[in-house]
Amino acid sequence: MSGSKKVQLHLNVNNEDMHVLVESSKTLLEVLREDLTLTGTKHGCELGECGACTVLKDGKPVLSCLLLALECEDAQIETIEGLADKDQLHPLQLAFAQHGGLQCGYCTPGMLMTAKALLENEARPTRAQIREALSGNLCRCTGYQQVIESVEEAAITIEETENSAAGVKS
Amino acid sequence: MSHREYSSDTFRIIGKPRVRIDALSKVTGQTLFADDISLPRMLHCKLLRSSLPHALIETVDVSRASAHPGVQLVLTGEDFPVEYGILPVSQDERPLCRDKVRFVGDPVAAVIACDEQTACEALSLIDVSYQPLPTIATVAEALQATEAPLQNYAEEHNIHRRLAYSFGDVDEALAQADHVFEDTFLYEGNTHMAMEQHASVAATDPDGRVTLWSSTQCPHYVHRALAKALEMPAAHIRVIACPNGGGFGGKTDPFNHEIVVTKASMLLGRPVKICLTRQEVFYCHRGRHQVTMKFRTGVNNDGKLTGMHLQTLLDGGAYGSYGIASTFYTTALQPVTYQLPRYSWEACRVFTNKPPSGPKRGHGTPQPRFGQEVQLDKIAEKLQIDPAKLRLGMIAPANSLTCNFLKVGTIGLAECIDRVVSRSGWKDKHKKLPRGRGVGLACGAYMSGAGTAIYWNKMPHSGVQIKLDRSGAVTVYCGATDVGQGSDDVLVSLVTEVLGIETIDVKCVTGDTDLTPVDLGSYSSRVTLMMGNAAIEAAERARDLIASAVAEKLEIAVDHIGFAERLVFDVEDPNRNMTFQQAVICAEEKHGTMATTGSYAPPKSAARFPGGGVGPSPTYSYTAAVAEVEVDEASGVVEVTRIYIAHDIGRSLNPVQVEGQVIGGVYMGVGEALMEESGSRRLPPKLSDALVHDNPSMLEYKTLTMHDMPEVCVDIIENPDPNGPFGAKEVGQGPLLPIMPAIANAIFDAVGVRVDEVPITPVKVLKALEMQAAGHDARVGPKAFPNIEWPQAMFVLPPWEGGDGKASNRPERKRAAKMHTMDKVKGASEQT
Amino acid sequence: MMRLPPFRYIAPTSVSEAAKILKEEGPCAMLVAGGTDLLANMKRGQQTPEILISLSNIKSLHDVSNSSGLTLGAGLTLGSLLENDSIRDSHTGLWQAAGVVATPLLRNTATIGGNICLDTRCSYYNQNEDWRKAINNCLKKDGDTCWVATTSKTCRAVSSTDTAPALISLGARVRLVSADAERIVEMKDLYQDDGANYLQRHSNEVLTEVILEPLVGWRSTYWKLRRRGSFDFPILSVAAAVQTDGGGTIEDARIVLGAVSSLPLLSTEATEFLVGKKLDDDVIEETGHIMAKLAKPRGNTDLTPIWRKKMVPSFVNHALRELRGDDVRELRKRIAHQARG
Repeated sequence: MSGSKKVQLHLNVNNEDMHVLVESSKTLLEVLREDLTLTGTKHGCELGECGACTVLKDGKPVLSCLLLALECEDAQIETIEGLADKDQLHPLQLAFAQHGGLQCGYCTPGMLMTAKALLENEARPTRAQIREALSGNLCRCTGYQQVIESVEEAAITIEETENSAAGVKS
Repeated sequence: MSHREYSSDTFRIIGKPRVRIDALSKVTGQTLFADDISLPRMLHCKLLRSSLPHALIETVDVSRASAHPGVQLVLTGEDFPVEYGILPVSQDERPLCRDKVRFVGDPVAAVIACDEQTACEALSLIDVSYQPLPTIATVAEALQATEAPLQNYAEEHNIHRRLAYSFGDVDEALAQADHVFEDTFLYEGNTHMAMEQHASVAATDPDGRVTLWSSTQCPHYVHRALAKALEMPAAHIRVIACPNGGGFGGKTDPFNHEIVVTKASMLLGRPVKICLTRQEVFYCHRGRHQVTMKFRTGVNNDGKLTGMHLQTLLDGGAYGSYGIASTFYTTALQPVTYQLPRYSWEACRVFTNKPPSGPKRGHGTPQPRFGQEVQLDKIAEKLQIDPAKLRLGMIAPANSLTCNFLKVGTIGLAECIDRVVSRSGWKDKHKKLPRGRGVGLACGAYMSGAGTAIYWNKMPHSGVQIKLDRSGAVTVYCGATDVGQGSDDVLVSLVTEVLGIETIDVKCVTGDTDLTPVDLGSYSSRVTLMMGNAAIEAAERARDLIASAVAEKLEIAVDHIGFAERLVFDVEDPNRNMTFQQAVICAEEKHGTMATTGSYAPPKSAARFPGGGVGPSPTYSYTAAVAEVEVDEASGVVEVTRIYIAHDIGRSLNPVQVEGQVIGGVYMGVGEALMEESGSRRLPPKLSDALVHDNPSMLEYKTLTMHDMPEVCVDIIENPDPNGPFGAKEVGQGPLLPIMPAIANAIFDAVGVRVDEVPITPVKVLKALEMQAAGHDARVGPKAFPNIEWPQAMFVLPPWEGGDGKASNRPERKRAAKMHTMDKVKGASEQT
Repeated sequence: MMRLPPFRYIAPTSVSEAAKILKEEGPCAMLVAGGTDLLANMKRGQQTPEILISLSNIKSLHDVSNSSGLTLGAGLTLGSLLENDSIRDSHTGLWQAAGVVATPLLRNTATIGGNICLDTRCSYYNQNEDWRKAINNCLKKDGDTCWVATTSKTCRAVSSTDTAPALISLGARVRLVSADAERIVEMKDLYQDDGANYLQRHSNEVLTEVILEPLVGWRSTYWKLRRRGSFDFPILSVAAAVQTDGGGTIEDARIVLGAVSSLPLLSTEATEFLVGKKLDDDVIEETGHIMAKLAKPRGNTDLTPIWRKKMVPSFVNHALRELRGDDVRELRKRIAHQARG
């Protein structure tokens, strides 16, 4: 039987502290899906060629298939399972659902996580910026157009929500 | 019967942009795809695949692998004596090869172990000794080789099948035409590359029944294949199609791995999972056939076609798969798009030592559509007729028969052409843009479901059951499978509309052979139409049962009972009502336990000749597209800047999803036009017999990224078709068809060169530009169509010449046709 | 799922510690920085280290120093490099090159050191183990034939790094540290014409930093040819840097081709030709021809070698016209798909 030596790993996944004993040869993708049963993160190639396994590590979108789990010690990991705030869907999730941003849904978790990181850096991205940010996430169903529209819609929603929240405060 | 009035004005769900029912599950990561399933005590399977393209298997020694720690079971071809295959005429596959391997990637043995890594390690401990056979790498080699046929049931050597048909006297039609155009085209093969890699999990219960969860588009066909290959009653096998992470035709065959894990699970009494690597997905393939085509088309000066003679040659790869059907489809739908007075065709599929080709989005149709649409562009150029006008003059009347006896229903093609012409500014652009920029137009038509099942039977193609009870909950059951196209949403929305409730009130259970009535599967754009009609029938029966009970209770005439907003009411006085739940209780009181069913089988085909089973459909969708391109003359790089597309869908059930399907089809079409290509690589024959997949990875198999996708302007043309559910026709495949030729035609408009090949790479465009600069014929494409000895054509007289749909009565043809029928075509027609 | 074979993982916190482990463990150990190249190769059995020495816990490798010239820690991710506006202004070619590596997601993990050391690529080599077995392997790994050049005694895998040509054009040097010694090597001398053994770096050395001298009067650019707007490795690249006097006369120039050989190709002939001239159309044209002679593309990556070679002059043209000050932003956007800059 295979297996490198197992090592204790601490991660913070979706704001939960997780301690898990992992083989050193495991990627973050395998630990998320197999050890932590967070199967929302998908895989399409495991070689960095599709973007389906994108998660956020310390706020940045990265490919979990090419990241050793052990390199994530103490890191903040965000996956699709943590995108909604309990029963409150993230505006991106709603926008994708409303505007046809998904079909089969397999690339969707990776797309959403990448888009989340984009909107945190760039509140109202241009189409060119959206294309660039999501250019590492392949999709075979949608032809991308409704994905781009969904990201734009979500950006507007977030901005409006923030504006109205600011309005309430002032 | 309850009060019924379906129209755009009264629809509450249909036609309204809606969040599809599975969207929230998908955006939260909760949808369970096959590889997301994990069961207690589950083991993992890996397949050892052939490293030789063609060889006899001498011995397979698994002793070292079996002894490897963590290995539970090793299986070989000896464990699987029975062959299977999707078509009854080509039962040529085994779960694991037994005597022979036919391509690099053909599975030879399976290891089932405690984890994937252990199984991988054990694969390297299996010793296989092979006796190599000659490698057949190309269609040319397949046509010539007389030794070592891949399949012993081939018609001759490596020729899988040759077919020839003539609908009227085409020689005469061409002889009488003002012009005859002769063009040869090549469409390279390509593959689906769905984002999800195929995965399957099998679990056995102690009573000897087995369940398979799988990423399949066709659980019913997998069910049949399992029963056959495992020699076990189908009643003891349950196949559950998980939501597919994309299909596009790539998950429509029953696959080796599905049968292997099922068998392994039964032998071990434990769940067994397999998830293919991306490379293995490329090996499974069943993608678009490479097709070489030759068109000879007669045209009069007014632009009317007089007849067409089409020849196609398909690279089938190593196995039959859907190949016979694919072969028919390279010809069958040509007369659906435009009126064709006479038509003859010859088609040939060959075997090569490559992953098997099969059905991909458009199944056999995109290749000849590319050829004809490019040829029409050439015709328009020569005759100085506007390409849009030329096409508008060739559209068949609605509700007519084609020369090959296909019944077409509504035809929205003229409106589609008008729409893309006006929206794109075609008249100001075609032949008027500066050099380097151009526009091109093309059209297409596609069936809304194959009129014949894969295997001959008289049963429904789709069945739907509805269960209702006193809770007010409605559950709808259907064997259809959501591969991402949104069929679950279609199912729920139709039932919801008929019963006047909300989509949240309707649960759907689909793609489960234990629970759901048979639906043949998600292929041939059949689900919306066939499942949809069955769903409406089942829902209307439920509605009638409820209405009769409510009518009795409230003392209202039953034909005055309406359903809306979760109320059942008197349409004359809506205040006389009860809630839907109360109504179901009434119905349960009156009728007892509530369940209804609906069935759908397509109308009988008008074709009565053998082989006429391929092509008929309850109705056809139509599409027109204009592509705008910019060509960089220094490099030959083509940028598609915009696509205008109009699709005749009959009725749009959920506009968000319809638009998504259209754009998705355009996306795949642009990719096929410019880059998608599944090639093979032959090493220098003097040094090696190797023949390997050229690009078995997502990096090498080029698909469009978000940067490469042009803007798409979509128009949906709605003209409800009486055969469609609330008038709906297909949208999943048709919109792809015009894209490749529209781009090729736009390139001609931009720089005056013809690339009669797909994909249109910068290498080819630059070559054509160089030929143009040197004053030569600026065309890149196949020089000739290979010489093939064709059988005598089966002769069928077109309807307008007095034909009755049968093979001809003309004595001089009859004898030959009869001979041919018996020898060659009978099997195909039965199966396809 | 493709998985990594078992290995031992060590994450030292200093360069000296890493160098010491490297010395002690010998060739069975490999360094890993971002891992985006190595881990994919390991999953395919192209590289099979028993020990992986991670550089990610070595803080000093992530530093950027702007004091005199520019010093980049080898562990700097390409994503971080791209966020550095001063690099964009001072070392435009490097910034542009970093911005077209792979995908934005990969750039968030991939490092500058990793991209410099990127394994050479070949369509006969970058495949799964069983695929390579089906061709009886190749000269780069476990075999004795170079399938793309069957008479060649040397592996002809392609140098596919984007940043190396840019760095060479900018005159960069790298620091290599071993347990016993330390040396600084010119980037142009770091590579050798053997796809299987493409780096002059010794296996016991850690590449710790990239050193760039202050650049006065230099302008630089990077043009990459690839099929798609993302993901793809270069199939040709042109990195160009020129130093001009106030009147536009070239004082020094370095033009480098990437992805058309087993190593980045710096043209001394182009430098000699350009010095003392101005970037007028004829000079640019001629430079294109000089560079095209140098290119030796082979059929082991995307599209055909003949076509790729034909593309050299026009890519050199784009690059030099940009350095001359022509407005090529539209063309760059179309070819490089760079959303910024």
